Amino acid sequence: MKRLVILDRSVRVIFHAVLIGSLWLLFAGHNQPGGGFVGGLVAGAAVAMQYVAGGIDEVRSLSRFRPWTILGTGLLVSALTATIPILGGHEVLESGVMTVALPAIGDVKITSALAFDVGVYLLVVGLILMVFESFGDEPPVDDLRGQTSGSGG
Amino acid sequence: MGERLSVDCLGRTARGSGRPWHRARVSSGGDAALASRPPLPREGSGRRWKPRFGRVQRLVALIALLALHAVVGLGIIASGDRLGRRALLVGAVPPALTFLWLGFQVPDLLDGEVISSSVSWVPALGLAIDLRLDGFSALMVVLVAGIGTAVFAYATRYFSEATPNLGRLAGLLTLFAGAMLGVVLADNVLLLYTCWELTSVTSYLLIGNDHTSAKARAAALHALLVTVAGGLVMLGGFVVLAQSAGSYRLTAILDAAPSGTGVSVALVLVLIGVATKSAQYPFHGWLPGAMAAPTPVSAYLHSATMVKAGVYLLARLSPVFAVLGFWQPLVVTVGLVTMIVGGLRALRQTDLKLLLAFGTVSQLGFMTVLFGLGTPEAVGAGCVLLLAHGLFKAALFMVVGMLDHQTGTRDIFELPALDRRWRPVAAVAVVSAASMSGIPLLFGFIAKEAAYEAVIDSGLGNAAVVLGGLVAGSALTLAYSLRLVWGAFVTPHRRAPREPADGVKAPEEVEPPSLGFLLPGAVLAAFTVVLGLIPGTLDRLISTASSSLDARVEPLHLALWHGVTTPLALSAITIGLGTVVFLRLGRLRQVLAIGARVPTSGDAYLGVLRVLNAVANRITGVVQNGSLPIYTGVILLTAAVLPLAVFVTAAEWPGWPELAAEPGHVLVSGVLIGSALAAAMIRRRLSAILFLGVTGYGMAALFVLRGAPDLALTQVAIETLSTVLFVLVLRKLPDRFERKSVASLRVLRFVIAGTVAAGIFVFALLAGGSRTTEPVSDEMVERSYPDGRGRNVVNVILVDFRGLDTMGEITVLAAAAIGAVALARAGRRPPGFAEPTTGTPPAGRPGDPAHTTAGDGQRMLLEETIT
Repeated sequence: MKRLVILDRSVRVIFHAVLIGSLWLLFAGHNQPGGGFVGGLVAGAAVAMQYVAGGIDEVRSLSRFRPWTILGTGLLVSALTATIPILGGHEVLESGVMTVALPAIGDVKITSALAFDVGVYLLVVGLILMVFESFGDEPPVDDLRGQTSGSGG
Repeated sequence: MGERLSVDCLGRTARGSGRPWHRARVSSGGDAALASRPPLPREGSGRRWKPRFGRVQRLVALIALLALHAVVGLGIIASGDRLGRRALLVGAVPPALTFLWLGFQVPDLLDGEVISSSVSWVPALGLAIDLRLDGFSALMVVLVAGIGTAVFAYATRYFSEATPNLGRLAGLLTLFAGAMLGVVLADNVLLLYTCWELTSVTSYLLIGNDHTSAKARAAALHALLVTVAGGLVMLGGFVVLAQSAGSYRLTAILDAAPSGTGVSVALVLVLIGVATKSAQYPFHGWLPGAMAAPTPVSAYLHSATMVKAGVYLLARLSPVFAVLGFWQPLVVTVGLVTMIVGGLRALRQTDLKLLLAFGTVSQLGFMTVLFGLGTPEAVGAGCVLLLAHGLFKAALFMVVGMLDHQTGTRDIFELPALDRRWRPVAAVAVVSAASMSGIPLLFGFIAKEAAYEAVIDSGLGNAAVVLGGLVAGSALTLAYSLRLVWGAFVTPHRRAPREPADGVKAPEEVEPPSLGFLLPGAVLAAFTVVLGLIPGTLDRLISTASSSLDARVEPLHLALWHGVTTPLALSAITIGLGTVVFLRLGRLRQVLAIGARVPTSGDAYLGVLRVLNAVANRITGVVQNGSLPIYTGVILLTAAVLPLAVFVTAAEWPGWPELAAEPGHVLVSGVLIGSALAAAMIRRRLSAILFLGVTGYGMAALFVLRGAPDLALTQVAIETLSTVLFVLVLRKLPDRFERKSVASLRVLRFVIAGTVAAGIFVFALLAGGSRTTEPVSDEMVERSYPDGRGRNVVNVILVDFRGLDTMGEITVLAAAAIGAVALARAGRRPPGFAEPTTGTPPAGRPGDPAHTTAGDGQRMLLEETIT
């Protein structure tokens, strides 16, 4: 397989930076511009770069989880965050706050809305991975079979 | 989410009045339709609280038992076939526990106490989990849980360890038991409807248990469509009833006893639901088909419990609404026709299970007649018949199941002669069949006597007609009972020996059922005998049950011997007539054929399905014509024209807003408009997409200029990604747009585009200008930090204030993603289609330049050109 070396190298360098940026957007989102949706989109852009540089194989090698597993986990995390307050007799999606003292960083305020946002983030990333998976290069025949049996179970 | 638990202690209100089980009912007062009813004591008078040990546990128990059914049922289904036959034992636990629990409550229930509990769900819609256990519900719980336990025990012997999907079947049976308990315990019509439909769904899955059989699948669908359609009709009736009565609580509706034309229509709708569920003429067609289910399922769902749901509801409504003019003629006629048609058709069957199915139809008609009369005596008789039928019909199904299981057939003409070891089975069959036909000394006789007496005492104008119909129906019952017993145990011995039919064992190979296989049926038959001999033991249960339906019911006294009375004479006539019918069966073929010729819902059902399919075909052909431009055009036009029409007629023109605040706006807008026009006119797809991207980034620039970095950020990210995705898809499309040769089509496209543009423009203009109250966003900005703990208002709105919306949106997103992937997959060539790894164009469009993929074949090493 031939590659554009410069592009390849640049993507390797930028990829993690963009990913960290997307995480920053996710965590800062509650007080500054950002949030789970934008964060997920930016992470998706990082994935897109990987795709342009190395094709679908490169994208697949990013994570050992299947795209739909990530998508489903995201939905589950959000749904759990939404429903857990009911168990404590609160309203759906009622948010709670917890302040954690972390070494070197200081006090960090964690809201339950963050967990919800993490779910949105994962869902968006999973969604983009799924799109690449299905509209990207044709998967090998064996792989297609394996996936259909995997998603049916 | 408030939780409210309450106990009603309505009993003992009429103590000392000589009617010890007289339950108080809130009298509705000035309702003309009910003026003839005797004045009833008010609920408050004489209320006596009896502090008892463990009351709270008892209230929780109702919900806990229902939940237990759900959890165990789902658990068993989840476990698959891992449990083997033990799945049935596990599945039997919830019904058995319910039965035991009820046993402990019986003393209190007999005192007229009512156990109820309520969990509110959506108060605004009247949706609540109101549960209520009174005497009549208790009677039904006896059937559901008691016979349920017996059926589970029977099923452990009926199914072999190797039966496929046994876990699924056992789990569904448990789920069904829970749903059926829900039906008889629900005091909220919406909850009742929900459980009602759940029984239909579980019934559907159980009938279609053998999903490899097309016949079973069709029968399951038939049962589902008929009962669910009836249920929907009934829901409509419920809503009207509840709105007229001002409450969705069943007891409140009955207490309010609304009347009027609307209520009458609503009641007819409810009665349609009742008739479909309880297989009343003309909706009975699905019940014989349901016999495709395994026999334990038929014994439980399609004779003892589910089909009685309709009768149960009828029994609840009848004492209050029978005063309405149409009620008695309608319900009693339907019941009588069902009883006689069912009996006639049962006599023509050679398959014993089908014979029993039509017998069930007939008996359900009998119960409909009794409960439909709505008189106090008839209600009491109906309660007795309900119990008696559950006992003898379940036992008979078990016997037929044993025959089928051990010999391989249940056809009268194929059954082999059975030896002496089968005598216990024959005894169970004879006792139960005799009870069904009302032979003295058995429980069925008590029920039939009570029924005759009730009709005689009802004071009905045409009681003689009803009585004649009941006698005729009962005579038919006796005749098909005799046919059942003779066909199974007598005629095979008289036939000349011959080769057994396919799959049927020869007489010497047939083994009798094991003791465990026989026991459940034997226990039910034993109850039939004991209750027939000493019916007085049931006096209080039946009295409590019927008085909880109708406070006017006098305490009943069930007895074997009432002296020489009219009912006894009628019983004698019934027995004589039935015997004659059975003996002259050969000569009565012509008469019996009438039963077969009566049109049924089965034909109508098939006709409706055929029409539905044809209509669906035509509609799909028109709506789903497969042209993407037409789809897009229709969607866009609808989206633009509908709001536009509303705005033009309704809204006031707010005047032109400030079009541009600073030079930057003009600049960006110019770029936006230019690139949008370019995107629409350019021929190369790739260029069009890039221009589309420019409009997106232009929007982001506008957001920045207006001070919304959050939106701008999202917009940029979305735009970037969608451009990349567009390019991905583009690889599979031609390089250029097709040139439209027909001028009119180009004009049409132009018109659509212009309309959409105008629509969006006007919409944006009016939406911004038509604000009449304070924007809610101000409050959100204010509350963002104190309530949402975040300074980014947009984010706080997304994840907190409007979190539920976001939840819905991401769910839709996930569903859309899965759908898109499925579509993309479906478009791919099937595995095995040999495809070269280089990007050669697919066969359909040879030489198309767009199919030169941006894949590996096209990549070149940049280094090569550099060095």
